[in-house]
Amino acid sequence: MTDQKKRSLLKLASFASLVATAALVGCGKKEEPAATTPTAEPASGPAAAAEPLKIAFAYVGPVGDAGWTFAHDRARKELEAEFGNKIATSYVENVPEAADAERVIRDMVGQGNKLVFGTTFGYMEPMLKVAADHKDVKFEHATGYKTADNLRTYDARTYEGAYMAGVIAGKVTKTNTLGVVASIPIPEVIRNINSFTLGAQSVNPQIKTRVVWVNKWFDPPKEGEAAQSLINQGADVLMQNTDSSAVLQTAEKAGKFGFGWDSDMSSFGPNAHLGSAIINWGPYYKKVVNEVLNNSWQTQATWWGVKEGAIDLVSVSDKVPADAREAVEKVKAGLKDGSFSIWKGPIADQSGKEVLAQGAVADDKFLHGINWYVKGVEGKLPSAK
Amino acid sequence: MDSAAIALLIAATLNAGTVLAIAALGLLINERAGIVNLGAEGLMLVAAVAGFATAVHSGSDLLAFAAGAAAGAVLAAAFGVLVIWLNTNQYASGLALSLFGAGLSAFVGVRYTQEKLGPRAHYEIPGLADLPFIGPALFKHHPMVYVALALTVALSWFLYRSRAGLVLRAVGESPESAHALGYPVRRLRLLAVVAGGALCGLAGAYLSVIYTPLWVEGLVAGKGWIALALTTFATWRPARVLLGAYLFGGVTMLQFHLQGQGVQIPSQLLTALPYLATVVVLVLISRNPTWIRINMPASLGKPFHPGS
Repeated sequence: MTDQKKRSLLKLASFASLVATAALVGCGKKEEPAATTPTAEPASGPAAAAEPLKIAFAYVGPVGDAGWTFAHDRARKELEAEFGNKIATSYVENVPEAADAERVIRDMVGQGNKLVFGTTFGYMEPMLKVAADHKDVKFEHATGYKTADNLRTYDARTYEGAYMAGVIAGKVTKTNTLGVVASIPIPEVIRNINSFTLGAQSVNPQIKTRVVWVNKWFDPPKEGEAAQSLINQGADVLMQNTDSSAVLQTAEKAGKFGFGWDSDMSSFGPNAHLGSAIINWGPYYKKVVNEVLNNSWQTQATWWGVKEGAIDLVSVSDKVPADAREAVEKVKAGLKDGSFSIWKGPIADQSGKEVLAQGAVADDKFLHGINWYVKGVEGKLPSAK
Repeated sequence: MDSAAIALLIAATLNAGTVLAIAALGLLINERAGIVNLGAEGLMLVAAVAGFATAVHSGSDLLAFAAGAAAGAVLAAAFGVLVIWLNTNQYASGLALSLFGAGLSAFVGVRYTQEKLGPRAHYEIPGLADLPFIGPALFKHHPMVYVALALTVALSWFLYRSRAGLVLRAVGESPESAHALGYPVRRLRLLAVVAGGALCGLAGAYLSVIYTPLWVEGLVAGKGWIALALTTFATWRPARVLLGAYLFGGVTMLQFHLQGQGVQIPSQLLTALPYLATVVVLVLISRNPTWIRINMPASLGKPFHPGS
């Protein structure tokens, strides 16, 4: 072999191997093999001998140890603990809210999963398409509004957690300025900003809320920068509707206060953390699996809150004054027994126009359509996509 | 906006620009030697996870920076050997490195998404930090913010005032001439690539240890690409690189401030701004030949075979 030939061969080989490794690792979607927990009980009866129900989860972010995706994965683990070898679960992380989602979800069906959970709003259209092609598979879509015979939706009333956090924020703030790092301007997020503000105003009428949109669900450096800018503008208690702990960490660094969102984030900001508004998907997921196993699954739309144990405010800090804790407990009890409504008139929008008359209670349709700020939220709402 | 808010905005801008500045200065050294490294994003990701992991295990930020720089240097060296000795296409190899870095960092980093760093120290320069306006704006920063400034000065001096800098530029402008004069062109290019990788690594570690003290997949979020765009935007001048980094850092922060004040600018547009600005600068450069002659390394992106 000539020197020239050898060189170009070597060149080719090394480049090919680099690209191959990159391709292998680069599309590193980690799929956890279906966990097959060995059980001590001897298999008995026809039910135990049956094939386990294969369940797949598509996650928008990495599982990590905090936030939205983490909360879903915790519920997945609860399912495994509860149902043992009657089910087999797997998940795919970091599935983008675009064409890729459809590919991943189709792939899940192809692998024999009979129940598929899609855990972000952006999977709605892809899931509808796949559901239409696979009538024998049940689809569960989080936070969407379109259903089909074999596709149903579920959501959590995160605004109840936001309201309880607001009650604490209203008591703790010294500047009377609260800050929210917001993700994408859809009604869910706007409702949370408004509820946070209403909660704060319920204990402190002076409250103003500033909002900064990052147009992402998950971009920690950007979330941190947005939090810093809110602090610079005088906000001393921060809340976020994004997925990472960056906002809380920024508050910690600046000596301000913040909340955990979707999961308990207290360890990320021991001094800054006032409480975490968490979602507990466990009860709903257990209900779903039970329904599929005994063939009573039917299409519907579910929206659970504090009442059903899906929403809670946990790990409330010692720094929170006793009267604020009491106020939160009262709200929680009222939501549980149905005697208290967060969205009860009179409520005015930013311009002062009354949108909910004295004594009127908002129904779910009203709540789903909120695309305006309540009085006390500063700034202009970006036009939703 | 009152003056206190402006001071804080300046402070936030310097902070946001520092990661970009350090990485872009590293890439500038690369490109002055004639090598384009499109793998910057991947380098920074790997360095970010290396730095974060080191900080978690050792508790030392300094060690973490060293680990980040070392990780960047090692990856850049591999890239350098590929493009300088094996003459692979610089652009393709760089892109491959970027993908590889993204995957590798995600793979190695899985267990570190569980970890937290302890409370971060506060820094201020005694005396100066108490000055009104200037104090909060300029003198309450992590030392790395000043390191970026010092690097810019040092690099300017090196490129334009030192003999070694002259040789480096010669290697990027006309490797054949440098070779004829007896300089080891390939070794010098590798050295520049490694130095550039180390700085990108330092920027990555600063990002994951100080700026956003956590590790999650994709933490760098495009900052490597912006740094690449910056070198061109700055027409390969260190001082302009620094200014450009602050400009882009400032645009990001200003956007958030304006939002808080009720002014809306589409954030997608702002994200595109560095690239748009780079295209504009490229157009301007190609219209004005003197700019090219003065600044753009003439052999940028071209392979060099000694003796061929």
